[in-house]
Amino acid sequence: MTELDHPAEWTYAPAPESRDIARLRSSYGLFIGGEFVDAADGATMKTINPATEEVLAEVAVAGAADVDAAVAAARKAAGGPWRSMSGAQRAKYLFRVARVLAERSRELSVLETLDNGKPIRESRDSDIPAVVAWFFHYAGWADKLEYAGYGPSPQPVGVAGQVIPWNFPLLMAAWKLAPALATGNTVVLKPAETTPLTAMVLAEIFAEADLPPGVVNIVTGAGETGRHLVAHPGVDKVAFTGSTEVGKEIQRRVAGTGKRVTLELGGKAANVVFEDAAIDQAVEGIVNGIFFNQGHVCCAGSRLLVQESVADAVLDRLKERLATLRLGDPLDKNTDIGAINSAEQLQRIRELSDVGDAEGAERWQVDCDLPTQGYWFPPTLFTGVSQSHRIAREEIFGPVLSVLTFRTPNEAVEKANNSPYGLSAGVWTEKGSRILWMAEQLRAGVVWANTFNRFDPSSPFGGYKESGFGREGGRHGLEPYLEVDDG
Amino acid sequence: MGDASKSVAGSAAGTLTGAVSAHLVEDLSSDAALRAFLGGLPGVDEVGAAGRAAQLATRSIKRESKLWALDAAIRMTDLTSLEGADTPGRIRQLAAKAVRPDPSDADVPSDAEVCVYPDMLPHAAPVVAGSSVALASVATAFPSGRASLEVKLADVRDAISAGADEVDMVIDRGAFLSGRYAQVAEEIAAVKKATGSAHLKVILETGELQTLDNVRRASWLAIASGADVIKTSTGKVSPAATPSTVLVMLQAVRDVARATGKVVGVKAAGGIRTAKDAVRYLVLVHEVAGVEWLTPERFRFGASTLLNDLLMQRTKQLTGRYHGRDYVTLD
Repeated sequence: MTELDHPAEWTYAPAPESRDIARLRSSYGLFIGGEFVDAADGATMKTINPATEEVLAEVAVAGAADVDAAVAAARKAAGGPWRSMSGAQRAKYLFRVARVLAERSRELSVLETLDNGKPIRESRDSDIPAVVAWFFHYAGWADKLEYAGYGPSPQPVGVAGQVIPWNFPLLMAAWKLAPALATGNTVVLKPAETTPLTAMVLAEIFAEADLPPGVVNIVTGAGETGRHLVAHPGVDKVAFTGSTEVGKEIQRRVAGTGKRVTLELGGKAANVVFEDAAIDQAVEGIVNGIFFNQGHVCCAGSRLLVQESVADAVLDRLKERLATLRLGDPLDKNTDIGAINSAEQLQRIRELSDVGDAEGAERWQVDCDLPTQGYWFPPTLFTGVSQSHRIAREEIFGPVLSVLTFRTPNEAVEKANNSPYGLSAGVWTEKGSRILWMAEQLRAGVVWANTFNRFDPSSPFGGYKESGFGREGGRHGLEPYLEVDDG
Repeated sequence: MGDASKSVAGSAAGTLTGAVSAHLVEDLSSDAALRAFLGGLPGVDEVGAAGRAAQLATRSIKRESKLWALDAAIRMTDLTSLEGADTPGRIRQLAAKAVRPDPSDADVPSDAEVCVYPDMLPHAAPVVAGSSVALASVATAFPSGRASLEVKLADVRDAISAGADEVDMVIDRGAFLSGRYAQVAEEIAAVKKATGSAHLKVILETGELQTLDNVRRASWLAIASGADVIKTSTGKVSPAATPSTVLVMLQAVRDVARATGKVVGVKAAGGIRTAKDAVRYLVLVHEVAGVEWLTPERFRFGASTLLNDLLMQRTKQLTGRYHGRDYVTLD
């Protein structure tokens, strides 16, 4: 046989996506009543690339007056043609938006990666395709609402105030906007402070699609802008995705106002691996569960519950697999792990990881070079974790996995459910009956079987307990935006 | 080989199930023992395996890393012709091409071997003599394997006496699918003995085994019975090599090496026609089995038309220009 000394390492040459495709502008205004405008008081903030700390653009900060104007525009549009036009007509707008999103997907992927820090592989193959799918899905519902099971002539709620997080910036905008618009509502959307850019391109797309002015208004800003929006008396319905802490604050603010609310909050999902699981695929599922999007996922499988009889085998393979993850330039097409979204989030991940050390759990981290600029945290495992440890209970929202073990199925259920959260869970077993039994026992809105972090517009998503209430996606996702005829 | 097989089987089960039991398979001649052992391997989730392979297919291999991959793929190619219409003249041309794939560029490495039917070996032998290109032959009533063990062994001896450095045998898929694992093991072991110092590649014909659970079990069974290389396909059954099949086979050799230290190669054969596909397989090898498998000793492509695309892509990579099919030799 021929000798060929294998290389010590087959280094993949850098394969960066071109940042010019993002068509980045130096400043972005607010989108109110179909126009792009500056904030009334001229306030701006800077949004940065978390992988380099470079300033990407200046973005307007909406104050109370701007939120007022946006809600007024939405209110006006709510009484206008958007509400009275046929569902089929609304669908045409949404299909058009979906098509333009698909056409501009490469631009949006690059922009999302620049602003958020997530790998281009994920924004290109996961985020943006899902955005498109969501608009197509709900466009299809717009003329079929009377068959959705919510009465013969379900009516829109009115004006929706929507506040979304930074982990899937454009996808969360799509989750919120598509069902609200399909059902005839008008919207004021507030993107997250650190990731406002793709929402502003979406605003452009709405404008190009000739969406009637005021149907969608987008106000950028930080927490204060969100507070104005949520508290605004002109808002009929509040939809929020974000932390449980802020969710609780929102609920307190809207209590007694008659506003309808849906909240999609934090999680501490159990990913349960039984001894009869397809081990190689379970390892992939664990990786996908917690290291997808740097662990900035509310439904992340952040607690691995692995049966003791296979714990060593699973952990050995998991560590070996983690060593192959490629961390670095998010624009490189071969990058698996990108940057942490902000200095603040990095600080929180560090703090909770330090708590893990202090509580006596054993930390294992991939040995890799971190870039010197930007916000980075290596994929991390904690073994020897107990239910009583904070890293087993609190949401870290980063690439940190807490590993716990169990002996029997009952113990797995008990530990999995022993959390104030209940957004998602994963079950890995080749035994079909056990999957069904686990799905019945687990108090979580989504239970994945032999997979993790899979999303489809037709599948409802939402939480139990402190993970929130209300469902997004599919037929269920229409309900929060409809005056449902209970009779 | 008998002792080594036992230790492979025993300790592998230990690693995979987390329970350390040294002698799970006391003997490769018992269907029951083999069924218990193979059934104890973790299952393969088809959707998950395909998803992982698809994810790795998105790796973007550029510039010098691509050039390295193209050269590596040329070195790993077993240039193959297994046709009823094969003639001495055709085989001589094939062998000449394996030795010097690109007459206009002496930097292009030779292929790993030429792979032909046993009766064609004497025509390839003088052409490859003195080069690094090995002579390989299929045997054991290739491609169906539907013959008595005696006939299969005669086929092997024929190939060996004609100078084969490597022998590609087929497993008895009928025996495997009906649970007669011991018969499969026995045939492999007998062929291994008959090949002597020649390398033994064991063709699983994954297109007929169909499930990835079967691919994993057949991989372990072949390795425990003495395979030096496990090979996907004869090229006569569709589908031949697929990314998820090769993924599962790479996991098998990785796990065997981890459990016992025994190193086994993998050969992806059939249906790989473009350089792009070849590079994707190399990414699979790299990220599943590890960089140690990125050598012709441990990974091979069985292909006939792949080589010309590798050569065209190589020229493109070096010169920035494509030249057409008229600039590569058609054999």
